[in-house]
Amino acid sequence: MKQQELEHPHIKEMVSYELMGKYYNPFCPGCGYGIIANTVNNALLERGDLLSYPLITGVGCCCYMPFILVGNSFYCLHGRALPFATGLKLANPKLKPIVWSGDGDCLSIGMGHFMHTARRNVDMVMLLLNNEVYGMTGGQMAPTTSSGVTTTTTPFGMRESSFDAVKLAIDAGATYVARWTIAQPFQIAKSFRKALDHRGFSMIEFISICPTYRGRLNELPSPVDMLRQLKADTVSLKDAANMDEDQLEGKHVVGEFLERHDRPELSTLYEKLWSERGGRG
Amino acid sequence: MSVIFSDKGKSLIVARDRCKGCELCIEVCPVDVLEPSDQLNSRGVITPAIKREGKCTLCTLCENMCPDLAIYIMPDAG
Repeated sequence: MKQQELEHPHIKEMVSYELMGKYYNPFCPGCGYGIIANTVNNALLERGDLLSYPLITGVGCCCYMPFILVGNSFYCLHGRALPFATGLKLANPKLKPIVWSGDGDCLSIGMGHFMHTARRNVDMVMLLLNNEVYGMTGGQMAPTTSSGVTTTTTPFGMRESSFDAVKLAIDAGATYVARWTIAQPFQIAKSFRKALDHRGFSMIEFISICPTYRGRLNELPSPVDMLRQLKADTVSLKDAANMDEDQLEGKHVVGEFLERHDRPELSTLYEKLWSERGGRG
Repeated sequence: MSVIFSDKGKSLIVARDRCKGCELCIEVCPVDVLEPSDQLNSRGVITPAIKREGKCTLCTLCENMCPDLAIYIMPDAG
């Protein structure tokens, strides 16, 4: 067979291929972000209509995502991906923005935007890529770092408590909330397709691995060690119901946490207002 | 790109030059047919290969777990 026939079907649709004529993956060896990008590419190419799904990234390791994603991307200011996506949605309600945000981007500098976008229930999919560390700037502690974890700024172990993005999204008013680890690619695919069909603010958190900074400083030097540790720390929602708080310390509870259809969506509200007033003015 | 296993009209392909040697595919394989090969690629990392008597079930788990699109399953042409 010819070499072109054996080429992966995603590659010719990617931004890196369009810009450089070849596939370019900027992530470290074993980084879990490529797995998430793969799943999303599969789902988007299945839908076919790439123009309806603009991809918006914040700053962090996830800002390299457009290189390996299919479709049109916009690279935003740090933490400001959600307001941009809100504007995009209100300007053209037929679009379904897909926001890529890291744990530093969404939960520290963009925390206010995250909560208010969830409160307004804007119709978009938000993918929160959580690798528990600021990977791009050299492995500093993040608001999601689990207690006891060594990072470059917490050499004696993390002593502060960390954020639970899922609880935060549920309380702020998101209407579809799920969390998966990168060791579950089939569940990620199913959940992402569900979020694309859901009307309202959908938040999916992915627990990823960072072998370069999170693993190397915590005696998990290879991606395989990190994956084993991640699998051991994962608890399903069903099992977590029978466990108390001490047992859940440091574990990742995965599953679909919430799906509700009772809250009004922002662009629908504004379209109603415009039709009542006879125009956008 | 080279075909390392073929069965039922589908092929398991390894793109050696894209592989970064993380060995996640070897770890997640449910039937344990992958192993580190004895070849280095242009990045200088060890790429996966199929065991001599291994029978791949073409389950696509390695394809889904590869962050670099370096191992994947394609239907044979024609």
